[in-house]
Amino acid sequence: MYDHDLLIVGAGLAGLRCAVEAQRMGLKVAVITKVHPVRSHSNAAQGGINAPLTDRGDDWKGHALDTIKGSDYLADQDAVEIMSQEAGEAVLELERMGVIFSRGEDGKLGTRRFGGQKVARTFFVGAITGSALLHVLYEQSLKLGLQVYEEWFVTSLINEEGVIKGVVALDLKTGELEAITAKAVVIAAGGAGRVFEPSTNALICTGDGLSLAWNNGAGLMDMEMIQYHPTTLARTGILMSEAARGEGAYLFNSEGDRFMEKYAPDYMELASRDVVSRAEQTEINEGRGIDGNVLLDLRHLGKDFIESRLGYLQEVSVEFLGIDMAEKPVPIRPGMHYIMGGIKTDVNGETGVPGLYAAGECANVSVHGANRLGANSLLDTVVFGRRSATKASEYVKTVKDSRISTSEHVEKDLNRIKKILNNKGRFRTSEIRNTMATAMTEGIGVFRDQKSMEYAKKIVEESKIKFRDSLVVENKGKVYNTDLLFALELGYMIDCAESIVHGALTRKESRGAHFRTDIKDRNDKEWLKHTLIYRDRSGELKIETPDVTITQWKPVERVY
Amino acid sequence: MEVKLKVKRFDPEKSKDNIWYQDYNIDIHPSSTILDALINVREEVDGTLGLRCACRASICGSCGMKVNGQAKLVCKTRVEEIAPKGEILLIEPMGNHTIIRDLIVDISTFFAKIEQITPYLQPDSEPETGEFIVSNESMDKLLTEMNCIMCGLCVSDCTVLEVDKTFIGPAALAKASRFVYDPRDDQTNQRLNYLNDEQGGIWDCTRCMQCVEVCPKGVSPMDRIMDLRESAIEIGAKKTHGYHHTNSFEKSVTANGRLDETRLAIESAGIFNISRLIDLIPVGLKALIRGKLPPLFPHKAEDNKKIQELAKKIKEDK
Repeated sequence: MYDHDLLIVGAGLAGLRCAVEAQRMGLKVAVITKVHPVRSHSNAAQGGINAPLTDRGDDWKGHALDTIKGSDYLADQDAVEIMSQEAGEAVLELERMGVIFSRGEDGKLGTRRFGGQKVARTFFVGAITGSALLHVLYEQSLKLGLQVYEEWFVTSLINEEGVIKGVVALDLKTGELEAITAKAVVIAAGGAGRVFEPSTNALICTGDGLSLAWNNGAGLMDMEMIQYHPTTLARTGILMSEAARGEGAYLFNSEGDRFMEKYAPDYMELASRDVVSRAEQTEINEGRGIDGNVLLDLRHLGKDFIESRLGYLQEVSVEFLGIDMAEKPVPIRPGMHYIMGGIKTDVNGETGVPGLYAAGECANVSVHGANRLGANSLLDTVVFGRRSATKASEYVKTVKDSRISTSEHVEKDLNRIKKILNNKGRFRTSEIRNTMATAMTEGIGVFRDQKSMEYAKKIVEESKIKFRDSLVVENKGKVYNTDLLFALELGYMIDCAESIVHGALTRKESRGAHFRTDIKDRNDKEWLKHTLIYRDRSGELKIETPDVTITQWKPVERVY
Repeated sequence: MEVKLKVKRFDPEKSKDNIWYQDYNIDIHPSSTILDALINVREEVDGTLGLRCACRASICGSCGMKVNGQAKLVCKTRVEEIAPKGEILLIEPMGNHTIIRDLIVDISTFFAKIEQITPYLQPDSEPETGEFIVSNESMDKLLTEMNCIMCGLCVSDCTVLEVDKTFIGPAALAKASRFVYDPRDDQTNQRLNYLNDEQGGIWDCTRCMQCVEVCPKGVSPMDRIMDLRESAIEIGAKKTHGYHHTNSFEKSVTANGRLDETRLAIESAGIFNISRLIDLIPVGLKALIRGKLPPLFPHKAEDNKKIQELAKKIKEDK
């Protein structure tokens, strides 16, 4: 049996930042992750990380206000204040750990502009910022000798009378199921992009952490807030960083108009992501698109600039579409990218369930509200990853002994897996997933209405039944059985989808990414509220609508 | 278009016939990647096929495998590039790695080599507030190495690792250069001295170019290794056969315009290194019997002057 003070599920930026902090505090820490740490999806963040640095004339309040406006006033302002105030030190600390941030003439960190912000405060490493940060945090984890359960998949949390005491997990390489006990567990397992098809997200973003927390008494908040990124590559759906527009790229429709003039005359291409995605989709829907895309034009930036500052984008464009961005505009379209919603936590990662913490994309503090600003997700991971370690360590000190009898918990999951393997159904995991995920994009898209959301709900309910009664897993083996792994992930995805459709159907207004064509206006009088969903052991949902925390920025009309 | 895949399978749970090649013919969009094709197989034809993949955008480094004998990231390799006329695509796991199942290999040896080079920044002291002040150019130069996604392709096709497991290898050495050339790091000489070590260090590379060829991120590990060799020499770390070899090579070519192989062999070993010189005797005798012993006193090349000018120019350009 394995035993720790603190066990962190997920080895992306939030998980590793949390682990590094806890390790420095002298806790017995371990990270459990279904992929090697450097394969985590934090890799995919391209453009940068926001921080208002006061010695450069910036002000945390400016960043906070941009974030709050970007969130369409759904973010909790106390949480945003903390993130903005701690951002500078968080970024500088990453630099001191070894990140090779781009610099200015003076040798200090340099910035680029990003969407929804008037000031350039995004620090970056080419167009590989996420990867550069992840690799450096991984380096730090090696320096500190962090223990990692690598390629282990968590099948359930160990919950004794409402207190979390560890996890049960499958060692993918051996196929053995083991219990790992801990005085506290931090969920930092990333998002749930695979609930949608297409999505920019990696195939591993299956909402595991969200489902684990939800099934153990934590609430999922604002799950209807799904970010569609304005620039994903035609056909492939690969992410093209906002850095392109930050560095000056234009968007054109089929008639050669820079259409953002109509939608956001002040910010143009650098309006908030929800605004730009809606603008693009409107152009496409009204017949001014090109095969369901619009054009991202970088030609005026010049080849040298593109290759030095946006090298990865050029690589992707050439490799996947055969287009040299210095010569031709690239066709792009909005694509599902990020979930603003997640496990409800306070500013210290506490979920309200004793022993259970959460940070990163799977958590909802809430700092992103109804729409996240570009380059705020990396910031969220490091600020709240660190804070959850601090808070969890206080809790760990109050727990006397974490060693408990675990055989019953392992047995339960073993039986569940046996049942899945022995099921003689007719639907492959992929078939159920693809049907559900396509319906989710249709129903909970850039634009949505009562009918579309109810359609998505119906398909999710059908998927749930198919998954329970008629799933087939062909591979019955133990060693690295990905067929079984995908089936278990599908269970998590269905939980996420369920929470998303219920969140969406609950919110009777349009706000940020939740844009209803049947109720187009934001309704601050009735809906300056979160949607918060709990599910009890019997599967019964309980939906609450707590007020948004407003500190110093009164909601006003949101114009870009 | 129709895609024909021949995939090497391995099932460790079978006691016999556990390695076999399996054919899959599927129909997909012509500009699909090989990864799209393999996912199609996994989702619609054969759920037992094992492979790793995650991002589908050549940034996570999960999907390295051999395609027609050469290591590739299959997410960024389009079917039509490799098999424009629908030729059979041979898919096998990466080389120089132990296979776990099908196309899934054990990556722990790869990462053990990364750990071997002390893969984190080691400054003597950190600024009390703010960041390290260094030039943008110095950081920009490191972008090439930071592009490494640790996919393992270079290790898969490294011809040295095939025969010498102690070689630190292209990925880890490229990673090492990322710290050696980082102005914030204060262990430069210690790092170079370690990498200069006879066993498994920078002089083990045979410059076969495979790592440069297969790297999907333009890291060019071999060039990074050559940079490290030069830097090691610059700090005076010269006690290696590799250095003596390079030195003798240069001296002989600039003096005579030709390579003096006898002198090269003796000087590479070190003229006072008796045991190593004794080791050379049977090699020399064998060459003598087969008539392949190089002349003891080499002739000068005809256009020796030109070669000397070239050598001079190369030195000046550096």
